[in-house]
Amino acid sequence: MTDDTLRSALVDYALRLGDTSLVLGHRLSEWCGHAPELEEDLALANMALDLVGHARMWLAFAGETEGKGRDEDRLAYHRDGFDYRNHLLVEQPNRDFGHTIARQFLHDAWSVGLYERLASSANPEVAGIAAKAVKEVRYHLRHSGEWVVRLGDGTEKSRAIMADAFDRLSRYTDEMFEADGVERTLTAAGIAPDPEELRAGWEARVDAVLAEATLSRPAIHGRQTGGRSGRHTEHLGHLLAEMQFLQRAYPGATW
Amino acid sequence: MYTQGLDAKPADNTIPFNRTDPELERRFQERVDAEEKIEPRDWMPDGYRRTLVRQISQHAHSEIVGMLPEGNWITRAPTLRRKIALLAKVQDEGGHGLYLYSAAETLGVSRDELVEQLLSGKAKYSSIFNYPTLTWADIGTIGWLVDGAAIMNQVPLCRCSYGPYARAMIRICREESFHQRQGYEIVMTLAQGTPEQKRMAQDSLDRWWWPALMMFGPSDDASAHSAQNMRWKIKRFSNDELRQKFVDATVPQAEYLGLTIPDPDLRFNAETGHYEFGTIDWSEFERVLKGDGPCNRERLEARNKAWDDGAWVREAALAHARKRESRAAAQNQAGARGRA
Repeated sequence: MTDDTLRSALVDYALRLGDTSLVLGHRLSEWCGHAPELEEDLALANMALDLVGHARMWLAFAGETEGKGRDEDRLAYHRDGFDYRNHLLVEQPNRDFGHTIARQFLHDAWSVGLYERLASSANPEVAGIAAKAVKEVRYHLRHSGEWVVRLGDGTEKSRAIMADAFDRLSRYTDEMFEADGVERTLTAAGIAPDPEELRAGWEARVDAVLAEATLSRPAIHGRQTGGRSGRHTEHLGHLLAEMQFLQRAYPGATW
Repeated sequence: MYTQGLDAKPADNTIPFNRTDPELERRFQERVDAEEKIEPRDWMPDGYRRTLVRQISQHAHSEIVGMLPEGNWITRAPTLRRKIALLAKVQDEGGHGLYLYSAAETLGVSRDELVEQLLSGKAKYSSIFNYPTLTWADIGTIGWLVDGAAIMNQVPLCRCSYGPYARAMIRICREESFHQRQGYEIVMTLAQGTPEQKRMAQDSLDRWWWPALMMFGPSDDASAHSAQNMRWKIKRFSNDELRQKFVDATVPQAEYLGLTIPDPDLRFNAETGHYEFGTIDWSEFERVLKGDGPCNRERLEARNKAWDDGAWVREAALAHARKRESRAAAQNQAGARGRA
């Protein structure tokens, strides 16, 4: 494996993690001021802050590793959808609080498993970012998991909303366990785990919470994938149009 | 200020406190005069309690409604650093709302009652949040002017005679001055930026300057409760004194930025050492306070929508908590009877 292959794999991998954190953080930030109760407004904002913070670390790392002078904002604000590398799951719209929580929970159950492994990555920078992030995503998982239980085992209405949410979102979850040349290169170098190895832990975490919530993991119909290579759902374009507006409308300005 | 609705003259002109306990009241006033803090369990005149409930809850509502105009730009913040700073700021405001509601609850009113008053349109909140945030510069201007004006008013409230309010204000003021610096820094970046950015900053100052001056409430001769509130040490400075302090502090900042305050009558009086400024359009203030400002309806609609959309979530959380309790109780009973 050449240094260039490894470097380019690291850049792509960091973009995938950075974009996934950024898009989910952005989605959560859409809630600010509109949550079902004040305490939850603060909690959603907290998670959004953590996730955008993780995105900054990954994107800055991607830019430095790439060595072409792109910083976190160049990467966040000046790429179109087909250069975005986030999971399809996280770009799905908020819809309502139940769907937001289901999306968050499915993601958190994955990111906890991933960051725990990445914390002992052979690449010290990757390990450093993961070690910081893992503490925060554990808290996110606890928070989203508690809400899944409350809403699943709450009222008839809340249970129906959660069942619908998991049914709608499950088809985007397989993507989290896919591997291509990027992951295979990094797995061989001891930098990242084989994504498939994260599946059993994810299923166990998800199933335990869903059981407590009187729900079950739905069968996947119409599996959707492609975000990691830039094939997205219709939702991402709108999110980027909003997020990137100022940078695009006033090119070259400093903010 | 955030509680400017208090200064409106009451329709019936009644004096808002209970005169029937002259001895208790004399002792209460002595404690206030001696700068002792009044705590929730202490005796206090009804009028003092009512005024505080109104003031603290209006302040809390202002924080909550204030999340909306700034929240409007979180998803469009121009850099990741700005996005985080703005999100954290709006989150701080939610936090302020939370401790202010708690402070109000120490006076015997529930948060649900207060929220209901906000949602029904009965309660007031600061008129400033009924103005729209049209450009990114407004995020800077709100930090600079609105938080700046809030600080002028709130620093003295840290010495308010009512203990829980004073303590909440100490924490809030610390965060507000951080927000103000952040806002000023945003405006400075724009003022020193491209011609379009500078135009954005000036346009924003043009729109927010007069509403910011109105935040201090009516002028002293039109203010209804000032004297009594000063005696109770709920208020330490008059509306006009605070407004003057704000103008004196802000005009040099605008000059430093190269921005023009939209007031042709503004001039420095070397004799008094103060800036003299033009006449405030009090009819606009009255209109906005009455509900006819540019965004009053949108703000209340947004709060009501969030509350209504969240009803099923709150109901589910409550239902779940009850299920847990009854399961725990059933388990305890089963344990006590010693059967499986």
